[in-house]
Amino acid sequence: MEFWHFCEQSMHPAWDKIDGPTKVLVDNRFCDPEVAHKLYNRYLDEWVIADQLGFNIFVNEHHASANCMSASCLLTLAILARQTKNARLLCLGVPVTNRTDPYRVAEELAMIDVISGGRLEIGLVKASPFELAMSNQSPARIMDRYWEAHDFIVKALTHQGAPFSWEGEFYNYRNVNVWPRPFQQPMPPMWITASGPTTGRKIAQLGYVMATFFNGAGTKPLYDAYKDEYRKTHGKPAPIDRFAYLAMVVCGRTEAEVQERVEKVKPYLEVQPRTPKAWSNPPGYENVEMNARALNSGVTGRINFGLPANPTLAEMAEGGILFAGTPDQLYEQMVKFSDRCGGIGRMLMLSQAGYLSHDETVDTMQLFAAEVAPRLREYARAKNEEIVQAAE
Amino acid sequence: MFISPLPETRIVAGQQVEILIRGKGQPILFLHAGHGFEPDDPLVTALSKHYRVYAPSHPGFGASDRPDYVNSVEDLVFFYLDLIEQLNLRDLIVVGVSFGGWLAAELATRGTGRIAKLVLIDAVGVKFSGRETRDIVDIFSTTIEEIPSLFFNDPATGLKTFGGLDFQSMTLESATRFARNRESILLFGWSPTLYNPKLLRRLHRVHVPVLVLWGGSDKVVSTSYGKQYAAAFEHGVYREVPAAGHYGYLEKPAEFAAEVIGFLETKSPAAL
Repeated sequence: MEFWHFCEQSMHPAWDKIDGPTKVLVDNRFCDPEVAHKLYNRYLDEWVIADQLGFNIFVNEHHASANCMSASCLLTLAILARQTKNARLLCLGVPVTNRTDPYRVAEELAMIDVISGGRLEIGLVKASPFELAMSNQSPARIMDRYWEAHDFIVKALTHQGAPFSWEGEFYNYRNVNVWPRPFQQPMPPMWITASGPTTGRKIAQLGYVMATFFNGAGTKPLYDAYKDEYRKTHGKPAPIDRFAYLAMVVCGRTEAEVQERVEKVKPYLEVQPRTPKAWSNPPGYENVEMNARALNSGVTGRINFGLPANPTLAEMAEGGILFAGTPDQLYEQMVKFSDRCGGIGRMLMLSQAGYLSHDETVDTMQLFAAEVAPRLREYARAKNEEIVQAAE
Repeated sequence: MFISPLPETRIVAGQQVEILIRGKGQPILFLHAGHGFEPDDPLVTALSKHYRVYAPSHPGFGASDRPDYVNSVEDLVFFYLDLIEQLNLRDLIVVGVSFGGWLAAELATRGTGRIAKLVLIDAVGVKFSGRETRDIVDIFSTTIEEIPSLFFNDPATGLKTFGGLDFQSMTLESATRFARNRESILLFGWSPTLYNPKLLRRLHRVHVPVLVLWGGSDKVVSTSYGKQYAAAFEHGVYREVPAAGHYGYLEKPAEFAAEVIGFLETKSPAAL
């Protein structure tokens, strides 16, 4: 198993002052630039430490959000490309449907890959529904736009030789000529996020890494769909490194220390989903069939991360939301969840959330790197062997 | 609620379109608003007593096809140019409500050879104010629950018109129509939000009489917007129905019908 340190770069000192939505409409006076200055640098320091501890790095972006001040995952990665030495650098992702200019995205990706000496991992995402309020890009036909941007970026990164032109439905370029080409040839590894089997199958056909976030019981059917489609397309079983999962992770030496840290990260679960209702699912973002079913059934998506009210630590671990424990407990929780999903090869770890301090975050990472990671690496290696042997 | 199918279908420009055709007399093309069209629409019912009303669901609305290449207001305008030619409509009155009013105005700027008069009811489609002032409420930033209070003068009437917003009691087919209409109005009206920056400078091409009819308490587009819209036409007349919202034609159908029929029956000197 590989481990990816993730943090949303939140403006948590403002959280207790904010009533109502924490994004889109939230007053930007809650974001004190001096506090933001300290926090950005703190979070970057934590990624540098993660690199030293053998973690890989995962960054994201959101807009107009008290939960995530990273307005560009590629800006964050550009800094880390220079400041880290070994970590793989994952943007998950670039919200290409928010961007009017995928050519510029391709150029920035290639530049990061070259500066980092070939450590970039590319995640292209659909963008969160509420971000369309800021990007002003239409929710209608969003996936048609996504796939054209994807196809364009792949071609722009892999193309060599004379410039080419692109006259698509959404994007037009007379002279595509990406300088520099990516360091990794033909191009850096690709990731896509999914929550349901239909998207999972499409990602399997492409053979990309499939990541899913806080997906709990939805993960196994998603992974199963990917595995089935991967075998049909590629004629072999999908290796375990195709499967990534994001959850919160808290580690402590004692149960008391774990509990203290859990209390500090838990507000994330309450603050993060506070989206203005009009922007939680604008028309077009999901297809008509899904929206009609949601209206008709009265069920409009997972509430409270799919958790029961006042969930216990065990329920949060079983639900794939928060793994929290001493090193032994964490190992057990993660193996159990991974087995239930059919094998997770890449654990995306939201190790800093809420009010967890710098020292506590670093301590969690150190503890995990020393006492949990080696055992989970061994677990995943064996699990992958099983997959390969079962195929033979 | 805008969830009932229309009785007939036609093929126009290779696309199947559902349509209600009712009444006898001079033809009216009725262009519906962004939430769709109901066959028992009270304004259409009133007009059909004096005129032959053609009321289709726009491509993408109701059960009307919307091929992927139909994705802009201009595409809808060309669709309606085809429909008018195919049905061989002449001396035509075009009546449009809200989004349909935008389509009616666009259509008229393409030439009024077949059009006798134009009626725009609480129409959108043009931009008057500066870049930091909205003329039209950003309906795409609002929720379904806000429809009754935003689109109606009397929210209780609005709630009733929208079936109490009780989606769980309807069939999945009906919910699908509602969801599809919501997606289509967003597709056509997303940004610039419910207007075409070019349209205002093209309205001078409309040489026929135009009635601009407004709900006196429209909360989506103000009465002053309506007055400016009327003034932008060579022969524009502005009229108002008091205590009526953006969908005032559903709140006060008799008053709106009387205004429209009064305008249509007047031999305007401008038309001669």
